[in-house]
Amino acid sequence: MQMPVPNPSVLARKDAIVANIRAALTFGSIISDAKETRAYECDAYTAYSCAPLAVALATSTAEVAAVLKICHEMHVPVVPRGSGTSLSGGALPTADCVVLGTSRMSEILEIDTANRCIRVQAGRTNLSVSTAIEPFGFFYAPDPSSQLACAIGGNVAMNSGGAHCLKYGVTTNNLLAVTLVTMTGEIVEIGGLNAESGGLDLLGIICGSEGQLGIVTEATLRILPKPEGARPILLGFATSEAAGECVAAIIRSGVLPVAIEFMDRMVIRATDEFSGAGYPDVEAMLIVEVEGSNEEIDFQLGKILAIAKAHHPETILQSRSPEESAKIWLGRKAAFGAMGRLGDYICLDGVIPVSELASVLRQIHDLTIKYDLKVGNVFHAGDGNLHPLILFDANKAGDLERAEQLGEEILRLCVAAGGCLTGEHGVGVEKRDLMHVQFNAQDLEAQMAVKDVFDPLWLLNPTKVFPLDASQTRRSVA
Amino acid sequence: MIFQPKSEGDVSEMLAKNREKLRVIGGASKVQTWRAEPTHTLQLNALSGVTLYEPGALTLVAKAGTKISEITELLAGEGQYLPFEPPNFAGLLGSSGSPTIGGTASANASGPRRVQSGACRDSMIGIRFVDGIGTVVKNGGRVMKNVTGLDLVKLLAGSFGTLGVLTEVAFKVLPRPETSANLILHGCSDDRAIQVMAKALGSPFGVSGAAHLPSRQQTVLRVEGFAESVTSRIVKLQAVLGPTIDCEIDDDPNRVARLWRDIADVALFVDIPGSVWRVSLKPSAAPVFVQSMRQSAIELDVVYDWGGGLVWMNVGAANNAATHSVKMALAKAGGGNATLVRASSDIRASTQPVFQPVDGVVANIEAGLRLKFDPHGVFISDRQCFSSQSNG
Repeated sequence: MQMPVPNPSVLARKDAIVANIRAALTFGSIISDAKETRAYECDAYTAYSCAPLAVALATSTAEVAAVLKICHEMHVPVVPRGSGTSLSGGALPTADCVVLGTSRMSEILEIDTANRCIRVQAGRTNLSVSTAIEPFGFFYAPDPSSQLACAIGGNVAMNSGGAHCLKYGVTTNNLLAVTLVTMTGEIVEIGGLNAESGGLDLLGIICGSEGQLGIVTEATLRILPKPEGARPILLGFATSEAAGECVAAIIRSGVLPVAIEFMDRMVIRATDEFSGAGYPDVEAMLIVEVEGSNEEIDFQLGKILAIAKAHHPETILQSRSPEESAKIWLGRKAAFGAMGRLGDYICLDGVIPVSELASVLRQIHDLTIKYDLKVGNVFHAGDGNLHPLILFDANKAGDLERAEQLGEEILRLCVAAGGCLTGEHGVGVEKRDLMHVQFNAQDLEAQMAVKDVFDPLWLLNPTKVFPLDASQTRRSVA
Repeated sequence: MIFQPKSEGDVSEMLAKNREKLRVIGGASKVQTWRAEPTHTLQLNALSGVTLYEPGALTLVAKAGTKISEITELLAGEGQYLPFEPPNFAGLLGSSGSPTIGGTASANASGPRRVQSGACRDSMIGIRFVDGIGTVVKNGGRVMKNVTGLDLVKLLAGSFGTLGVLTEVAFKVLPRPETSANLILHGCSDDRAIQVMAKALGSPFGVSGAAHLPSRQQTVLRVEGFAESVTSRIVKLQAVLGPTIDCEIDDDPNRVARLWRDIADVALFVDIPGSVWRVSLKPSAAPVFVQSMRQSAIELDVVYDWGGGLVWMNVGAANNAATHSVKMALAKAGGGNATLVRASSDIRASTQPVFQPVDGVVANIEAGLRLKFDPHGVFISDRQCFSSQSNG
């Protein structure tokens, strides 16, 4: 992957930069020793790594502002970092950058059940938000697979989704306000508990901006009443096409499940061996989950079952207890870990219209033959968000490159089918140069114009989101 | 001069040449809010038609000038709907126009179901627009999950045509609930009503509407879904709110639909003259705001929607819009946003509230964005609204 040459003027001033930041931090710390910065040289997108100039770990909004002000004045690029769980290299450093981490800012600031919201610091982990409000009968809906580790600040930056967003939406639909620090170190409150502000929807453009516009240090999140109960059903099919058609039929019927998860044979076998979930021996499998009271769940599952039967399932497994429900989810939740045992893999994140599911899966299969690589499919089927896992051998010369080429072809296929490059992992560095596939020059120019306003020197999260060639002139300003 | 483009290309061509102030019109349903006559008008009603509808993928794409009524009818044929319950203010404003999908998106106009299904912008998944110098831009797409690049869809939603002219909008649609029922509570004070609505919206029974109508002494909670489910949930809801509560269940879906249509469209104020404000604030602060307005001795009629998060207020036909009182009351309530929606042209002319962001940095960012998308400043906004600092 192409990366710009580090700015020699920044590298030469390392000692002064570090000293200035150290002086500005009271409780936070700065790491600049090469041995210690190694821990920050990549995120969960491990294919590439680069040690940063230094890492600043802030403990307050004021400290984030102080570090940004210094970096702005000294023209130093800044890479914001939450928990470092990005799958697209959203927190990949450059050699001339300061990584600014907010993981030490993990306080809950306010729980307001009357107005159904919670205000937290950006370093708070996703799952611990739901844990904190559970005693009041509420939960926070976006639930990315990494929810045990990933931070709310990162969720806001990437507009994270999860298994349950078919019903509840993604981060942008559950975000009420943020405290944002601009690159110049100014602290701004965006959004609020009043639904309408009168101005532009800046919250909407900040959410999902991948750290291009500012650093979020606090967020007010919408919380939802916990449903009375939830229960999954497992359906096995002889072909992926039959499973895909069943998904579209369920969605069209008027039942709105909270989740519809799809797994193909390779993933079913791998997860079953790994977790002992007891999955059936079928080509494709769906886990469909509905929510409500017991009677409502029975009613909805009855409807789903009637629809499914028209698509001739080979297996129907209905849960009769919380233990059986957990067992149905066991393998799915372990899917990414289980696939790791089969070898190295690249996890894609393309989205297609649900109606194209069967056709795109067939074309992906054809591509795997062309590239002589194995691809496992596990994804959120209800919203067409595919996660093809391309298996390769990192120790074999050329294997990664071949896998990346296949990945690119699959993503091009998603865009051609009417979909997009990324549904929840973000563009990051991974899909930066593929943005030309989905957007023309004017489309990209309009997005870059927004960044110009927030970050005129283009210092925030460099080399991400926008193709290097398209952003060349702007990046050379600094 | 009135331009009526037939295509996105026409819009682009016209804007590339134009340097005059310009008002963009969809269905002209909000014509009464216009303040001054601009030089040019860009009327989008000829840019009409549904370009893609896939019921199985819950996706609908339509050109900006398509009437909401046309879309609603098409969706109903497949048992689906726009979940954000688009309001129609034509009656309130005495206009003969009909809301379009582009106007609705530009205003982020959202009805009572916002408390459950989000605002119009939450259903918007893609747009095409033309900026102030004629550049055609697309953002988002036709799939419901998409984080590819910066989200200009949200930025354009609710920007009231000040950043660009929407030419096409893609929506996530949802299955229309089989039936609905209201739990109607009688005689709640404003304070009590807000508490009851908060409790109902915080319950797991899927309340999809929570409004309080003081003039009718009614607090209304809506539950929607499959018939069996609605019956069981509304009974549970009643139990949670307390056995002694004075209430009744209305399970006639037509009556329920009519009442919420009236709340969405502010039908209560249609035949009552007077200036009308739309106030958005923290739900629990709404009674403080209204109390403060009443103390300023203004003859007042009020409708609370969104569990208190939206207050519609008729301040009567006196010869001012009570702007000062509204500002004071908002400050007392801890902040929010108020828009003068209906007023006589005299009152409008003598009223100055035009939106200024409270925060200087925010003001600079907004000005910077407008300059990028509309460098010649051709798009005009007629809104008369202001915000006061929120304590949220």
